[in-house]
Amino acid sequence: MKEIINNIYHDSTLPADSDILVKVEGVSKKFCRDLKKSLWYGFKDIVNELIPSARAAEGHSTLRAAEFWSVKNVSFELRRGECLGLIGRNGAGKTTLLKMLNGLIKPDQGRIEIRGRIGALIALGAGFNPILTGRENIYVNASVLGLSKREIEDKLEEIIEFAEIGEFIDSPVQTYSSGMQVRLGFAVATALEPDVLLLDEVLAIGDAAFRSKCYHRIGKLLRKCAVIFVSHDSVQTSRICDFCLYLKNGEMLALGRTQDVLGEYLGDNRPLRVEPSIVLHPSVKHFKCVPSKTHICWGELFNVTLEIDLADSVRSGLSLLALLDGEASVVQSDFTQQFNDSIQNGREVQLTIGPLHLREGEYGLAVTVLDESKKGTLVHAIHCATIQFKGPKGYGVIYQAACTRG
Amino acid sequence: MSNDNSTRVYTPASLIVHPARILRGMWLDMVAGRGLAWQLAVRDIKAQYRQAFLGVLWALILPLANTAAWVFLNSTGIVSVGKTVLPYSVYVFTGTMLWAIFMDSLNAPLVQTNAAKSMLAKIDFPREALIMSGILQTVFNSCIKIGLLIVVLLSFGIYPDWRLILFPLSVVSLILAGTMVGLLVTPIGMLYTDVGKTIPLVMQFLMFITPVVFPMPTAGWAVKIFEYNPLSPLILTTRNWLTGFPSDYLGQFLIINLLVFLLLIVIGVIYRVTMPILIERMGS
Repeated sequence: MKEIINNIYHDSTLPADSDILVKVEGVSKKFCRDLKKSLWYGFKDIVNELIPSARAAEGHSTLRAAEFWSVKNVSFELRRGECLGLIGRNGAGKTTLLKMLNGLIKPDQGRIEIRGRIGALIALGAGFNPILTGRENIYVNASVLGLSKREIEDKLEEIIEFAEIGEFIDSPVQTYSSGMQVRLGFAVATALEPDVLLLDEVLAIGDAAFRSKCYHRIGKLLRKCAVIFVSHDSVQTSRICDFCLYLKNGEMLALGRTQDVLGEYLGDNRPLRVEPSIVLHPSVKHFKCVPSKTHICWGELFNVTLEIDLADSVRSGLSLLALLDGEASVVQSDFTQQFNDSIQNGREVQLTIGPLHLREGEYGLAVTVLDESKKGTLVHAIHCATIQFKGPKGYGVIYQAACTRG
Repeated sequence: MSNDNSTRVYTPASLIVHPARILRGMWLDMVAGRGLAWQLAVRDIKAQYRQAFLGVLWALILPLANTAAWVFLNSTGIVSVGKTVLPYSVYVFTGTMLWAIFMDSLNAPLVQTNAAKSMLAKIDFPREALIMSGILQTVFNSCIKIGLLIVVLLSFGIYPDWRLILFPLSVVSLILAGTMVGLLVTPIGMLYTDVGKTIPLVMQFLMFITPVVFPMPTAGWAVKIFEYNPLSPLILTTRNWLTGFPSDYLGQFLIINLLVFLLLIVIGVIYRVTMPILIERMGS
């Protein structure tokens, strides 16, 4: 494990050790790739659980055929008021770790200690029955999450209001739009007042207005409890988390301040994983994309020269220029119709995009040229050129200053 | 389920080595899960009947059809059933109704746990609530069945006596016995669907060696099978208390109830400690 800063936890502004709510020590968990074997191991595990033996206890730390470590030797501590971000690519073991913290599955090695009430924003609307009304489902869902009937009744109005369900509250949930269902699920889940909150990528729900309400609600919860937050969204992570734990193939690659760990993670995933691909319409005789320079600085414009030779029968229409990041998502794009005439027959066309305000890293260039009708594609080129961007080492698409909580 | 200042520790060690701790946890979760069990039962019952045109009648249709079949078989002489004190149709009807109650309670733990898979894989809630919810639903459905049973009895001129007060007790013991057996097979049944498929086969056979549609045999080797079958005293006592006859197997009935109660606790412990392993194999 690369320990960036491991004693960051001793921040003098935070309460003493007594307020440690989550303590994870050397926790590992194995999983099985093969279903048949997995079920058979499950059967054996049941037997071992019921008739414990020294051999069975040892068996926890050895891998059987087709098994692998989903989480390996993870340790951290978390106090009230702190937020830890779990980052890593799909299958890195984040969800497995959350499940262990939630007490759903047992670790195969190590020890987890958790104090207080756990709330999990993992499965919104658990136990919802589509036939029943929203009101009835609130009771079921809230009971599953651990609220007593009295607590539910106290919060019922607040939940309905927050979910913006209005008069639909007495209609069956199956008549709700999917947005309404998740809003209701979110409203119920956050009515809980936990000491330890587990959040698994549920923030991005509903429309923009409701999302901002969600952020506000979560922000309120953040101050009162210890939070473990799983997300692929680096902007959200940098905004919410004090510390981050970077998991790769189940192992801790880094643990430390969000900015450092996130930098590490994004750096790791920076190389463009998308293969360049250029698809040309038969009427395009020649296409070449030449960037003016390969290194761009913060705030600069980016010029590209397109060499394009079209058959006489076609004319080009709209052209699109986009910069893609390592995840192949568009970070900045621009389109132009102006070279409509100039693009004819073997001309060179200058395209400009910018000024660019990106975080430091490598970006790929994508070019699309449409025909006059704007329906046919003449050129579709992804990663036809790469540029190195020199800018702040922030975390988002566009650099953001770290948010302060308060 | 999580109390405000409780500390929970999760380690790989088997939980079964601390039976007292498990029993305490089980008790606390049963108390904490009361409300949830109620909510789940209400949810399932409402949903079940709201989408069915015939509503509660569904609780009766199967035993009625079953009774009709047996009365037909007996009256045509295809199957010859020995003499019963009660009119045969009443005997079969009470038998199949009580058997249906037993089957309901037996199926409930596996059905409930399977239906809650996605919840179990994501949320930590008192799992005992699932079992309790299953029992509540069986009790609800049983009340409908019993209501109809009594109407039928009265129309046949059979009047229950004071023993009717004891009847609910015997129904409860029937339900607990079913829950016990169902809970026993649930852990393996969650892993392998074979278990769920085997249950109806085994139970069909078991019904024929229990005095449900046949009376207790009086001669031959079948006598031993019927008498050693622990379900016989349960069904017979329940039926007798309902129809106003003295129970001939009261001793066995009490012993079996005691056993059921003890086994229920042991099996409850097994269910509890194996749950994390099952959830692990469930996926999400």
